[in-house]
Amino acid sequence: MRPFNFEKVNSAPEALALKSAKSNYIAGGTNLVDLMKKNIAQPETLIDVTTAISNTVENKNTVITIGAMASNNKVATDKTILNKFPLISKSILAGASPQIRNMASSAGNLLQRTRCPYFYDITTPCNKRTPNSGCSAIEGGNRMSAIAGYNDQCVAVHPSDLCISLAALDATVTAVTAEQKEITIPFKDFHKLPDSTPWLDNNLPANAIITKIEVAENKFNKNFSYLKVRDRSSYAFALVSVAAALDLDGKRINDVRLASGGVAHKPWRWYDAEEFLKGKRATEDNFVEAAKLATKDLKPLSENAYKIPMLQGAIVTALKDCLNQ
Amino acid sequence: MAHKEQYSRRSFLKISGLLAAFAAVPTSVKAFYQDVKQYLIPKKNVSRLTLNINKTSHTLYVDTRTTLLDLVREQLNLTGSKKGCDHGQCGACTVHINGERALSCLTLASMAQGKEITTIEGLAHGKELHPMQKAFIECDGFQCGYCTPGQIMSAVACVNEGHTGSVEEIKEYMSGNLCRCGAYNGIVQSIQKVAAQ
Repeated sequence: MRPFNFEKVNSAPEALALKSAKSNYIAGGTNLVDLMKKNIAQPETLIDVTTAISNTVENKNTVITIGAMASNNKVATDKTILNKFPLISKSILAGASPQIRNMASSAGNLLQRTRCPYFYDITTPCNKRTPNSGCSAIEGGNRMSAIAGYNDQCVAVHPSDLCISLAALDATVTAVTAEQKEITIPFKDFHKLPDSTPWLDNNLPANAIITKIEVAENKFNKNFSYLKVRDRSSYAFALVSVAAALDLDGKRINDVRLASGGVAHKPWRWYDAEEFLKGKRATEDNFVEAAKLATKDLKPLSENAYKIPMLQGAIVTALKDCLNQ
Repeated sequence: MAHKEQYSRRSFLKISGLLAAFAAVPTSVKAFYQDVKQYLIPKKNVSRLTLNINKTSHTLYVDTRTTLLDLVREQLNLTGSKKGCDHGQCGACTVHINGERALSCLTLASMAQGKEITTIEGLAHGKELHPMQKAFIECDGFQCGYCTPGQIMSAVACVNEGHTGSVEEIKEYMSGNLCRCGAYNGIVQSIQKVAAQ
């Protein structure tokens, strides 16, 4: 690990004043410290923001605000979250281990880097780690890689579970920019596809700091499911995951949300399948049709064609699970 | 005579020049080495920390890169917490920070200031083992023992959190602690035993 200066700050303006391209904010450290040990991240200065930003979960009017520093475990076990957004709790508990969930912050979860093995192996080319060095996964070991939204620059997937439920529930991310301006980004626009800049995971302006995540109250707290398919039944990243939620009127689907992890560079919403299901009856036949619609244009890589039938099955199972709550 | 004088002056200049060069070389080489080292290996930053570990306050000078795990093992000789993977994948380094289980290998010592840290060494009351330590012995909760300190710290937290409703729940909430000997059944039994007390 490269030596670095360590600064602890007590407010967002103090943090912004110290931040530059050569420094990193640190909260839980569960991803950054690991990246620093492997010399993938080499900040000259670390800015400890754990006491600079709110870590509370608040319920005002019809919006729930999750402080950027609230730990994953705090959010997953919060009474308001369990009552109004149980899908968020379920997705968090499907990820990592109890130790990591105690340490990791909510904003850090959004900003965690991919788990593509080539990103972590500094002896191999990787556009995400070293811009314009090439992608080793596209013709290499890619069984964990993307099946949607990728290009020849990068086939990495976003590893978060929390982000899949936040994408499904149309959350927003609020940050303060280097110019001290508060900005709010809809969740669907927060993470990005590789495009020509695969080394950037999201659209957060340079040096900005996330302050909170907000979710508006909705009717997706009764019939919901988070299904994560992985190599072992706990403490592993998703091969595919599905967040599903139904707003039902008897057997009729008023509204539906369907999102997936493990399939793309960003949390992936299945908008066509959602449109198909709206107004229809909540039957297995319709769920199967929706799953076919979601997966019809997917193009697998050399080693991950298995993900397509797996995803179809996961979508159907998750939607059926919504009815058994 | 003139020839001799000329020779003598030249020889004086040669010798004094060489001596001057020899005297100058070590400093310039040393300075050059320092410059290169500074460029290749930035100077380490040392800071003064006060940490509360096992109810004892320790004031130490540490490199900012030091993790809590390296600090307790290397500087305080509390070698109970183990370095398994050093990347947050195995749980052998699990300690309690403010009563919650956490990975000491991914915690920078600088960020642990002002927090109450408990390692496996802080669990027993004098010579009286913690009930979980006793249970691990009675239920064969280990074989080689390397993962055991982390397992026990995690197991104590698992009981405190109340995640002991079923074998499945215990396994789920202990999934961050790997045991390569496969002593999992004994570990689950140990946790059930303490949870029932």
